[in-house]
Amino acid sequence: MPLDNVVFWVFAPISIASAIGMLVMRNAVHAALFLVVNLFCVAVMYLLLDAPFLFAVQIIVYAGAIMVLFLFVIMLLGVDRGDDLRERLLAQRPLAILLAIAFIAEIFVAVRAGIGFATKAPDGFDAVNEGGNARALAEVLFRDYFLPFEITSILLIIAAIAAMVLAQRRARVITQAELEQRRSPSTDRGSAVDDVDVAEVPR
Amino acid sequence: MRTPIAYFVFLSGILFALGTVGVLLRKNALLIFMSVELQLNAVNLSLVAFSRMHNELDGQILAFFSMVVAAAEVVVGLAIIVSIYRRRQSVNVDDVRELRW
Repeated sequence: MPLDNVVFWVFAPISIASAIGMLVMRNAVHAALFLVVNLFCVAVMYLLLDAPFLFAVQIIVYAGAIMVLFLFVIMLLGVDRGDDLRERLLAQRPLAILLAIAFIAEIFVAVRAGIGFATKAPDGFDAVNEGGNARALAEVLFRDYFLPFEITSILLIIAAIAAMVLAQRRARVITQAELEQRRSPSTDRGSAVDDVDVAEVPR
Repeated sequence: MRTPIAYFVFLSGILFALGTVGVLLRKNALLIFMSVELQLNAVNLSLVAFSRMHNELDGQILAFFSMVVAAAEVVVGLAIIVSIYRRRQSVNVDDVRELRW
C-alpha cells in the first residue's frame, strides 16, 4: 500500500468524524475545536494533491486566523449558553438527514459515472509545478488572474471597513449633569443612557 | 500520488453534505456559520482535486480566491452576529423573525 493511500485513509475518516462531532456538540467552543481538526485534515488532503502552498495557507488562514476570530466571538457572546436543539418544525431533522444521505448518494453516482473510482491522477504535475508550487502559482496568479487579484484586495478593504462599521458601538460623550443623574437611583431619566458606552469626561 | 482523484471528490461531497445538515439543524447562528465554513472547505477540496486531475493550476488559484472571499465573509458575518447579539441578547436564529412572512 503506497504511503499516500495510507495518509488518505487515516485522515479522511478523521475529517468526517470531526465534521460529525461539530454537528452534534452542544457547546460552541467544542464545535469550533472540531472544526479546527477538520480544517487540518483538509489541509493534509491538499498536501496529498500536490498543493503545498494551499496547505500552508489553509492552516494559517483557516485553522489560524478564521478560527481564532470564531473563538473570539464565541467568548464575546458567552460560552456557557448551549445551543437550543429543540425543533420547532416537525419534520425538519429527519428531512435534513434524508437530504444529506440523498446528496451523498447522488455525489457517489455522479463521481462513478463521471470520472470513475479507479482514475488515478495523471503524471506530469511536477512539470506544472516547475520551480515549486508557490512560484508556479505566483506566475499564474500575477499573469492570468491579475485583475481578479486586485479586485480581491478591494473586497478585503471593504470587508474590514464593513466589520468596523457593523461592530462599533455608538459611543457618546455625556455631560457631567447626566452622569450625576445616572448615579442617583431615585431619578428614572437616567435609564435612557444605559445602553450606550459611557466615556466619563474629566473636569 | 496514487490515490484516485474520485476519493477526494467523494470526501468533499460528504463534507459538503455534513455542512448542509449543520446549516439545516443548528439554531445557534455561530454554529450555522461554522457549518457554512465546512461547506466552503469541502468545495475548495474538490477544486484542488480537479486541479490535480487536469494538470492545471487554475483550480488551486480558484481555491485560493475562495479562501480570501471566505475570510472576508467571516469578518462581515461575525460582525453581523455580534450586532444582532447586542440588540437582542441572543444568537438563536428562531428569535430573529423580522423578515419572516
